[in-house]
Amino acid sequence: MVQEVQEYVQLCGTAIRFAFSRPFYRHDFVEQLDSIGMGSLTVVLLTGFFTGAVLALQSGMTLDQFGARPFVGRLISASMIKELGPVLTGLMLAGRVGSGIAAEIGSMVVTDQVSALRALGTDPIRKLVVPRILAGTLMAPVLTIVADTVGILGGWLIAVYQLRVASSLYWKSVTEALYIQDVWMGLLKPFVLGFVIVSIGCHVGLRTKGGTAGVGRATTNAVVASSVMVIAVDFFVTRLLFSLIY
Amino acid sequence: MPESATDVRGGAVAPVGDQPMLVFKKVSLAFDDNVVLRDVSFTLRQGHTKLLLGASGSGKSTILKITLGLLKPDAGEVWVRGVRVDEMTEAQMMGVRTDLGMVFQDGALFDSLTVGENVGFKLYESTEQSLAAVRTRVEQVLELVGLGEFIDRMPAELSGGQRRRVAIARAMASKPRILLYDEPTTGLDPITALSVDEEIVKMRDLEEVTSVLVTHQLRDAFFVTDFEAVRGAQGVEFREAHERKLDEAEFIMLKEGVVHFEGNSRELRASRDPYITTFLS
Ligand SMILES: Nc1ncnc2c1ncn2[C@@H]1O[C@H](COP(=O)(O)OP(=O)(O)OP(=O)(O)O)[C@@H](O)[C@H]1O
Ligand SMILES: [Mg+2]
Repeated sequence: MVQEVQEYVQLCGTAIRFAFSRPFYRHDFVEQLDSIGMGSLTVVLLTGFFTGAVLALQSGMTLDQFGARPFVGRLISASMIKELGPVLTGLMLAGRVGSGIAAEIGSMVVTDQVSALRALGTDPIRKLVVPRILAGTLMAPVLTIVADTVGILGGWLIAVYQLRVASSLYWKSVTEALYIQDVWMGLLKPFVLGFVIVSIGCHVGLRTKGGTAGVGRATTNAVVASSVMVIAVDFFVTRLLFSLIY
Repeated sequence: MPESATDVRGGAVAPVGDQPMLVFKKVSLAFDDNVVLRDVSFTLRQGHTKLLLGASGSGKSTILKITLGLLKPDAGEVWVRGVRVDEMTEAQMMGVRTDLGMVFQDGALFDSLTVGENVGFKLYESTEQSLAAVRTRVEQVLELVGLGEFIDRMPAELSGGQRRRVAIARAMASKPRILLYDEPTTGLDPITALSVDEEIVKMRDLEEVTSVLVTHQLRDAFFVTDFEAVRGAQGVEFREAHERKLDEAEFIMLKEGVVHFEGNSRELRASRDPYITTFLS
């Protein structure tokens, strides 16, 4: 366990160092941007939308008790942007991207393709890990913004058609609640989460042992580890940002 | 020449043409409690061939992986073309690997790339050559293994034998001086196997490639030792190897991680050792 963490930190260090030196595989990077970004768009849109909608429903009820129904927009934007957007996008990416990367790299390991890369003079960390980590780190914030946006739209739909809150009131309340610190927090988190998810996927994939069965195990491990880490890292980043920017 | 491993020291000062291409000196490796190699030593000279025999799990692939620096030995020394490689870092090792080509046991083709991209992988990566030049070379080696029209297929669309031949084409595309073949003919029909053997002989005799061949198939091993390729009037021809040529191919039989037998094909066939006779029958 300790050794595994050590190896993971080492991998991250090497990957970061390689990201700033040549050769850089631009083609693989662009391919990963597309596969991580476009590939995850649908799930992120759907989760974002329904989260915003259900949030509006639930909080509409609660707010009624205080006669505060018009403030529903405020609640939705604050919770989507600070917490739910980053975390839910993170969880979706852990399930879709983390597992995919672990499976892909894992099967390359067990079929000796990673050895073949090395034998052909190409560093697998540069070729496989760096493009994925960079793409994941860049795409996670973009996807989070998408999730936040459709979440607020989903909330608007419910607020207007179900809770009968005036549209203008909803939007006013959404923007009122937006402190610049919250926006910062909402944008910084997904950078960290994207990095964590993809680097765990790569690490687990590269350590795959034991044939096809091993690839299956690696995939499961990657999803479990990165999902847990999404929640844990979210907590620690929140804690850190509270002490830094508030 | 049993004690040839001690030639290394001489090799360092000997004329370049005489420098051994590959030397193993008392190499040992264990995975946890499983001792895979114990004091394995051998020397491979320019243009010569080593044929590694041995039961499944006796450490043959491990020897090739150590040569490439994919695995590090626990003890002993490995020299490639006069340079000690077992203590090198991964970055240093990349330079040594330009001299080495490896055909992996199951091909290890990149399944996200086409056959042509696989074969030209190393050439595309090292940007010295123009794309057109690489493409020409790729077509040339694919033609050599008889798969010219498969250049734009994906590896998944190939048969096992075709994949193996693509793997051979990939290993030789960058014209390495040493080629390592890990069971290139296992699982192939005799006709395809023979075409692979002919490829190996051609690389050795016409391109002066030094080779290490791991195989279970004695028929293929003996073809490689007993035949040679010459350029004739109608292209390349294969004929019975010259007397002198026979000594340039040497068998090494591994048994439980130690070198059990070392000698040329005649000595192997003449051996009365019970393990070897079982293996040969
Ligand atoms: N990565 C590894 N981790 C642990 N043990 C390994 C590893 N690679 C190989 N081994 C063990 O090393 C031994 C030798 O393996 P190797 O692949 O060299 O055998 P081989 O002679 O090539 O066999 P085959 O003819 O079946 O290919 C085997 O017992 C194998 O279990
Ligand atoms: Mg093997």
